[in-house]
Amino acid sequence: MEASKVRNLVIDDHERGLFKVRRTAFSSQEVFEHEREAIFDRTWLYVGHESELKGPNSFITRTPGGRPSIVTRDAEGQLHAFLNACPHRGNQVARERSGNVRLFTCFYHAWSFDTKGALVGLPGDDAYTDAFDKKDMGLVPVPRFESYRGMMFVSFDTEIVDLVTYLGNARETVDHMLDFGGDDVEAVEGAQNYSIKANWKLLVENSMDAYHAASTHARYFREYIPAMGMDPSSWVGGAKAFVGWKGVDLGNGHAMIEGPALPTPLDASAPEELARIRAALDVKFGKERAHKIADYSRNLFIYPNLILISFWRTVRTFYPVAPDYMEVDAWALLPRSESEHLRHKRIENFLSFLGPAGLATPDDVAALEGCQRGFLALPDRTFSDISRGMGREPLNTDELQMRAFWRRWKAMLAGETGATDCSDHPERVKVQA
Amino acid sequence: MQEMITRADVEEFLVDEAALLDNWQLDAWLALMAQDAHYLVPALDKPQADYRKSLFLISDDMKTLRSRVTQLKGRTVWAENPKSRTRRLVSNFRVLGEENGMTRITANFAVWRFQLDQTETYVGRYEHLVARAADGNLRFHERKAVLDHETLRPHGKLSFIL
Repeated sequence: MEASKVRNLVIDDHERGLFKVRRTAFSSQEVFEHEREAIFDRTWLYVGHESELKGPNSFITRTPGGRPSIVTRDAEGQLHAFLNACPHRGNQVARERSGNVRLFTCFYHAWSFDTKGALVGLPGDDAYTDAFDKKDMGLVPVPRFESYRGMMFVSFDTEIVDLVTYLGNARETVDHMLDFGGDDVEAVEGAQNYSIKANWKLLVENSMDAYHAASTHARYFREYIPAMGMDPSSWVGGAKAFVGWKGVDLGNGHAMIEGPALPTPLDASAPEELARIRAALDVKFGKERAHKIADYSRNLFIYPNLILISFWRTVRTFYPVAPDYMEVDAWALLPRSESEHLRHKRIENFLSFLGPAGLATPDDVAALEGCQRGFLALPDRTFSDISRGMGREPLNTDELQMRAFWRRWKAMLAGETGATDCSDHPERVKVQA
Repeated sequence: MQEMITRADVEEFLVDEAALLDNWQLDAWLALMAQDAHYLVPALDKPQADYRKSLFLISDDMKTLRSRVTQLKGRTVWAENPKSRTRRLVSNFRVLGEENGMTRITANFAVWRFQLDQTETYVGRYEHLVARAADGNLRFHERKAVLDHETLRPHGKLSFIL
């Protein structure tokens, strides 16, 4: 796809403070195919949490960037990531979603591999010449595989910067999002694997969009929250809502919305234990860092397809399968050492809002699917407007955080290398808000 | 001594319940719940997990379930506005046995959902805990729908009562 054609998809007018995305960016097969190579093959992609690999010789299968992969913990506890395709003739060697195995045996010709990926057996190996070396015929490693504090990522780009460098300015916030319980987090058993009949970038936008909360999630805030005996006005109370909140460009497409912690039904369900945890954070991290960890709420987006949301302690990733269809995988990341009661209450709080049967996510799914149907109407001549807050220091109900994503998306799709300036530069806007 | 719960009782109870849900008579449906009831749909990768320890799709106590029903009766559940048409086939009724003074009953279900030119099918097994109330009628204490799907794809959502 030519760079000029890509640039034509995103109008980023700093002088007038307007930002528009041509709707073919969401609907075109050409864009979808180009994204796989220009974005999903050149970024770090979340594949799961180390705690999902339970014990030696365990594995999980995932499909980061549409590429079937296996992550293993070997007999010594070391982690590995491989392509889930037999190096002999290609059949998938792991056919369960997860499990414990000493050997993966490809049933097609009975080649078997250990959890380090080594080829350990094949029937009739006397049929091969000396040029055939069993040592070269192990499972093919995913080009790059790194973890950050238990969160495992792969990349198909052999040249990509290391994961910590990639996370950049977002890394400190990742730490905040993992340290809230005063202990390491683990992925709670039970995944939410669903789909949305919509372009994946709609979920990027939606996942850090506070502007839609009052309308799309009216039922959650106006019915559920009061039914739990709470006042929803810090969420949806007009001028009283989201006080002190902002949208933040974290560089290279990473972004977040952040503000003073807002009340959720969790607060009243285990007040003593939560207060104990809060006090322990002061001791463990010092008051200043503990304040940043515990007294703010955030939706953090790690480019290109990972979301961490502090209200519900979720980690969510999603992949396009077609321009108008994505697969979504979500888990709860909760502190290992909390009580059974608090664990139960955190799960309840998560489920009250999130997931395909929560009291909010189905309405997001309905909205995104509605957008995708709307895009059928002249997508090459119509635009999605993402200009909110371009002439000011953006609030969380503005759209800077989405523009930050789109600027990186546009740069990568256009083949630009190196860092991307994703900022609004409000000083350049000549038409004031 | 309470009257024993028979397969015929289970069939009548669950077939009548299905009619209430297909007709969106949600208040009448809610009245089938005991005060301590839970409405549960496990995660598809851990169908036999414990709702207190594992992430589910739905884990409602009565307070949340009442709110869910209130919401579904209103107009701002966008995922159910317009309301989907559903049709349930419930069969293979079984009485499994007693558990803490209640009776574990199971049945198979298939629910078709139609909305906005889309058709989705939800297939699974009910694994309920029921008991007779003072009026002699059955009430749900645990109303659990265990889906057989490996993932909720391409459904994407479960926005009606399953």
